[in-house]
Amino acid sequence: MARAFYPLEQFAGAPAGFHLLPFRFIRMNGKELLVNEAGEFLFAPPGTVQGLVDERLDTSTDLYRDLKAKHFVYDDSSSPLLDILATKVRTKFDHICGGTKLHIFVVTLRCEHSCDYCQVSRQTATRGEFDMSTSTADRAVAMMMDSPAREVTLEIQGGEPLLAFDVIQYIIPRAKRLAKEKGKNLDIVVCSNLACVTDDILMYFRDEGVKVSTSLDGPAFLHNKNRPRPGHNSYEKAIEGIERCRAILGMESVAALMTTTATSLDYATEIVDEYVRRDFHSIFLRPISPYGFAIKTRHRTGYEMGRFLEFYKKGLAHILDINRSGYRIAEVYTQILLTKMLTPHGTRYVDMQSPAGEAWNVLVYNYDGDVYASDESRMLAEMNDWTFRLGNVHRDTRRTLFTGDSALRMFHASCNQALAGCSDCAFQSYCAADPIYHHSTQGDMYGNRPTSGFCSRNMEVIKHLFSIIEENDRETMRIFWSWITGECVIEEVVECA
Amino acid sequence: MRLTTTGVAHNFEKSIVGVIAKEALPPDQRTRAIRFVGPNDAASDADLMGYRAILCHDELHRDPGMPYIHRLRESDHLRDGDIVVLEGRTGLVRSLYRPYELHHHLFVTERCNSNCLMCSQPPKDRDDVEALTERNLELIDLIAPHPPYLTITGGEPTLLGDNLFRLITQLKFSMPETELHMLTNGRTFAWPKYARRFADLDHPKISLGIPLYSDFAGAHDYVVQARGAFDQTVAGLHQAARNGIRVEVRVVLHKLTIPRLTKLVEYIYRNLTFVEHIALMGLEYTGYTPRNIAELWIDPYDYQDELEGAVEYLAVRNMTVSIYNHQLCVLRPSLWRFARKSISDWKTLYLPECETCSALPACGGLFQWAVKKHSDHIHAISSPQPCVVDQKCWST
Ligand code: SF4
Ligand code: SF4
Repeated sequence: MARAFYPLEQFAGAPAGFHLLPFRFIRMNGKELLVNEAGEFLFAPPGTVQGLVDERLDTSTDLYRDLKAKHFVYDDSSSPLLDILATKVRTKFDHICGGTKLHIFVVTLRCEHSCDYCQVSRQTATRGEFDMSTSTADRAVAMMMDSPAREVTLEIQGGEPLLAFDVIQYIIPRAKRLAKEKGKNLDIVVCSNLACVTDDILMYFRDEGVKVSTSLDGPAFLHNKNRPRPGHNSYEKAIEGIERCRAILGMESVAALMTTTATSLDYATEIVDEYVRRDFHSIFLRPISPYGFAIKTRHRTGYEMGRFLEFYKKGLAHILDINRSGYRIAEVYTQILLTKMLTPHGTRYVDMQSPAGEAWNVLVYNYDGDVYASDESRMLAEMNDWTFRLGNVHRDTRRTLFTGDSALRMFHASCNQALAGCSDCAFQSYCAADPIYHHSTQGDMYGNRPTSGFCSRNMEVIKHLFSIIEENDRETMRIFWSWITGECVIEEVVECA
Repeated sequence: MRLTTTGVAHNFEKSIVGVIAKEALPPDQRTRAIRFVGPNDAASDADLMGYRAILCHDELHRDPGMPYIHRLRESDHLRDGDIVVLEGRTGLVRSLYRPYELHHHLFVTERCNSNCLMCSQPPKDRDDVEALTERNLELIDLIAPHPPYLTITGGEPTLLGDNLFRLITQLKFSMPETELHMLTNGRTFAWPKYARRFADLDHPKISLGIPLYSDFAGAHDYVVQARGAFDQTVAGLHQAARNGIRVEVRVVLHKLTIPRLTKLVEYIYRNLTFVEHIALMGLEYTGYTPRNIAELWIDPYDYQDELEGAVEYLAVRNMTVSIYNHQLCVLRPSLWRFARKSISDWKTLYLPECETCSALPACGGLFQWAVKKHSDHIHAISSPQPCVVDQKCWST
């Protein structure tokens, strides 16, 4: 006996009413952009939010169905699936679980460069005075391996860490041994300007599986202007170093990071072209950090956020053009934001997390054993601002670091979900809190969003990306997705200048 | 190719499952076999001893004193090694398993708790569970050599209750290296206990194929003709994933599913990110479909935009997506690399156009029932664009 069929109305009738789920919105490009708790978004016609709030929205429309499918509303027939929304939110925040992953070791403050924006380096210091001692290194490695994280990254920086190569050689085998004992996967990165790299050093890195991250600010005139050193040949040294690294370590093992200075802002396309010429497949158009000496020397390196945004947009457009012509190169900041906007996942990039990634996902061990919540925190300390010093490897344990006054004060201001301005911002789930930035620029970890450079940058960049997404150009979206899925993207962004 | 034939049965009431033997076997190998005597074969009495049963195309003149069916209407389709079931009451001979085919199925029940508008295997309400389970347990025992893939299908397999667990346990025991794919509407898996129990079977190579027809619950429920089915299926998918059971999502493309297809794949990506494969499947003109064709039919030629959009959406996100039951001449060349030869051999049909078509070797062809209804745009392709059609065997 064949069974009977029943008409559509029996199953898909419009519900009498609905309930709201948490979401935030913004008006842009003549539409309303709604973003839910899991970062899913919907461009809706003007008036949609008002209709939702007044419960006047027509439940028989496709718009209503979209809103329901995307967990902006639920009605009596969909309540069983609220659990799915919880799962999605959990997935979004997965990166805050599992313990500190990135551990930055400042093995020396010495450097032979005298960069304008560098907050911490010492050129005149005698050997040893500003290097990490073996006992400090022992304690720092032990503390690092106390993190419950199964994947840990040891990032060695300075100063110029190669000036303390003996310290590096001391730390690496110890870290490896302890990682093995504790069943952790260990990645090692050395951040160096490569000015004094030798084949012996590189062969050691090759044998130990160490990756190298270096600085490339753009074409020679710009790089050399940004990075003065005796001989005025920082660029030539960097390029020569990159090529030697590639020859010995392989193409994939060398990454470059750029620092944007006021001078850089006029050269977006030239900088990008330099990266392409040097065969890099990712570039990070970073704003200069506002910390330490960089604040002091504002007359030279400070600039309006507006100029940076212009620089970013111009650079991004140029990068997209290059991709369209067939050369794959990703812009890392865009890639990080797109991952947050377009995928169910968060990112491991510590500077853009809420709860803030500082301390939770990154710890900095200074040469003298002091432990900081981030590299920026350490730079503040160089200006006698110890707010974000969490403790010292010789006196503290992981537990006391995370429960000390410094950490707790910072954690209070670490969730943009609970910050004035962010709490109802449509971009909250893509953005971050950054208490350290707001402390150093506004003297207040909580910060004031309308006057915050961090806020105006992210607000503008996210809006810009949404405008591109809304255009939905097939080729552009393909390029974006190739960045997100990692066809040509560095996995973990390593922060060092 | 033919699946059934009938004759006149003697000496048994129930059903007998066995392996066709076209030639006489040594006496010690006969217990699992059904001796088939073809139209021109002469078989002596001694030749017929010790088998499970006898099948004889012509009249068998002497009663061999054991179960037999003779005077078959057809027998050309029977090959050595086929596993068949003989029905004592009706004289029906049904082929259950043919080793030479690419796609193999274990049909476990005709019952279902949904009633999809385009069901190719319309459910029946009679209780066939015990009988089919016994038959399938015997079948599993007889299958040789073990196939690389086996699809468990119905009906809705989870309605078997404990019997499904018996079957899978048996499969795990007798052919552990065979990849099992179970087609289910997934609703039962919404019960956390059920999902956990299924996971506890601990079969290392089992996955579920679960259909989802819309991101909008009402539309899905209408297609499957069951209220609340969407919620149960989505919850079931999540429970399965939570318990480490691998899942595939299947979407049948027709006039009711095409309008929200892009939104559906977005829903899958955001809510069911864990699915390991998404199959976008052409409509089969069989089962219920002819009855509901006015509501279901859209020429595949007319949904290429939506299909391409959906496939691209998933592919750029590294989600594995395939297109089943589509002819290459109707698909946009950009989609060819996603097309799979998915139609079971015995169901495949090629049209006169196909004879001169250069894409023939790569094309999955049509379902045999498409003679009556297929795209108006089937045409021979003169020089195929270079494309890779994955030959991996995914069955429907
Ligand atoms: S910082 Fe600005 S853009 Fe970011 S969440 Fe807060 S208010 Fe929004
Ligand atoms: S003509 Fe036949 S063989 Fe050729 S693509 Fe069409 S259906 Fe396939």
